Amino acid sequence: MKTAAHPFVFIGCVELRQALDKQALDERELLDRLEEVPPGSVFYHTHGYFLRHRPLTTAYGNDFARWAAVEVRDQALAERLAVVDPFEFRGLEELREELVTIVYDHLRRLSSVPRAEAGGAFHFQQSHIVTVELGPQATTLAEFRDGLAGVDASAIYFHMVEARARLGRRSGDFAEWLRTSLEMPALAERIERIDSYMTSLERVRARLLSLVDEALESEVV
Amino acid sequence: MRTLLRLPTAQAGLAAPATMNRLDDYRQVAPPGTIDIIHKLAERVRGRRFLHISGGRFGGGSSEILHAAVPILNELDIDTRWEITGGDPAFYATTRALGAALEGAERVLADEALDHWVEMNRINAKKLSLEGDLVLVHDVQPAALVAHRTDGRWLWRCYFDCSRAQRRAWSFFRRFLAQYDGAVFSLPQFSRRLTVPQFVIYPTIDPLSEKNRDLTPREVGSLLAALRVAQDKPLLLQVGPFSPGQDPLGVVNAYRLVKKHHDVRLVLAGTAGDDRESLDVLSELREAAHHDADIVVLELPPDAQLQINALQRGATIVLQKSIREGFGLGAAEALWKGKPVVGGFAGGLPQQIIADVTGYTVHSVEGAAFRIRHLLNNPELIARMGAAGREHVRRTFLLTRHLTDYLALLTHLTG
Repeated sequence: MKTAAHPFVFIGCVELRQALDKQALDERELLDRLEEVPPGSVFYHTHGYFLRHRPLTTAYGNDFARWAAVEVRDQALAERLAVVDPFEFRGLEELREELVTIVYDHLRRLSSVPRAEAGGAFHFQQSHIVTVELGPQATTLAEFRDGLAGVDASAIYFHMVEARARLGRRSGDFAEWLRTSLEMPALAERIERIDSYMTSLERVRARLLSLVDEALESEVV
Repeated sequence: MRTLLRLPTAQAGLAAPATMNRLDDYRQVAPPGTIDIIHKLAERVRGRRFLHISGGRFGGGSSEILHAAVPILNELDIDTRWEITGGDPAFYATTRALGAALEGAERVLADEALDHWVEMNRINAKKLSLEGDLVLVHDVQPAALVAHRTDGRWLWRCYFDCSRAQRRAWSFFRRFLAQYDGAVFSLPQFSRRLTVPQFVIYPTIDPLSEKNRDLTPREVGSLLAALRVAQDKPLLLQVGPFSPGQDPLGVVNAYRLVKKHHDVRLVLAGTAGDDRESLDVLSELREAAHHDADIVVLELPPDAQLQINALQRGATIVLQKSIREGFGLGAAEALWKGKPVVGGFAGGLPQQIIADVTGYTVHSVEGAAFRIRHLLNNPELIARMGAAGREHVRRTFLLTRHLTDYLALLTHLTG
């Protein structure tokens, strides 16, 4: 079994939320604010949704879709926003442009601007990610598997979701380490293709473990 | 005829001290991995000085959180202190008026009273030790201490909704907020335009406190028997002040609509203020209870933690039909006990009550009655929502999450 020169360090994270002084009372304001908020806010309301929510609490995929559905009762816009998979975009500006375009096109079809009910304004936020080394380090695939199984779920988020935005590339930390340190490009590619959208961190962990177990078995054979 | 039941009041000025739990005691209730994350986070800020300043050690959500959090933070080798400001009757009166005005009520705030409030803060600053790497000032009473800060980063912690503050009160108060390094609100919609960063931290419950710890069925039965609340039919419960904002009269009307179809009992448990509006509400509740044996109105003393615990565990459905609300953590308390909550669309209730998952938010008496009947007609929903509610609280509204946020604040601001 190959041993990596550079160990993989599992890092968990905590999200410190910050309110921005920007709100949207209707879909026109949502469009205008979306164009001007910092990229970190776009990240918070899309990728960050994955960290904060579980399937049992919601099924909208991002905060914008949830707001359109629940506060504005505009199901058509909610559906169009919900299908936006943030993992399909190379960067946050591309993602922002997609969201803005959806809202813009939607408004062009309407004769009046849908508005949230009283008290239902959309409040833009962003977060500061505070990282914490969780302890286990892995130099082999077996150690990597053990760490993956036991770490806090926030590590799955940090290495699979936040890493993509942080590094500006499609592969997260897991795939990158497997490819460069353990020289396992095939496994890295399979991990990159895991569909993380609209699922839970635990399901993603289970899928990761399944792929790593297959690789471990093929090493034994 | 059922008469209003009163419990013996606690000795004035005292409440039962919180049990000191250690961090590892929370492993049994917190999400897996949480305690380890807390330990790891604490390693990064070990030895930092974390000072909390509030207006009292009892009453209010901040004191409940601090009673539990301060010992645990010290256990984690974070040098944590909790100082209290004192004053005279005029100071307390102005604090109450200023707090109400910041929540949007019309109050007369005389210049002399505000000057005295500032002066009392100055006197407190001389008496207290204000050193800390991070100083968290809770709510209104000590807020002007920031004018006498020495070192460290200072944050103002606000637990109420000040988005509709009376303009004069806000103009006065904002002068002090501008001197902080940031502010912490329970919800983004509770904040106002500020020149400092605004962080968002939900308030939380302590799952191991007297109000929220597990009770055996026998304990529940015994406590309810002492309150003269029978368990022979489904129980609807609302806990909260007997004030128009919590709409207990609306709850009574919803109960009456439900009663046409289901033999249920309604318990309204809470405290009565001494303002005219609350006294009128209480009078009407007494009248309602007088005419209906299945309406029970309980006036509870401030330290009735076990009684509230038992009532929530004995309930079938819990209501929090507020039309005005702060964060409304009573919903999280009920959800933690595995009860679905039917609540108003106010304050922080929508963050706790997830529609069709942990309960329902409603806009009217009829809406509340409809949802209660729906649940009673589909008891499997009660169990399902109860389980989902407990899990939602476990991940979002437990003290362990609050500790994580405090440590994240410390790391972010003093790292």
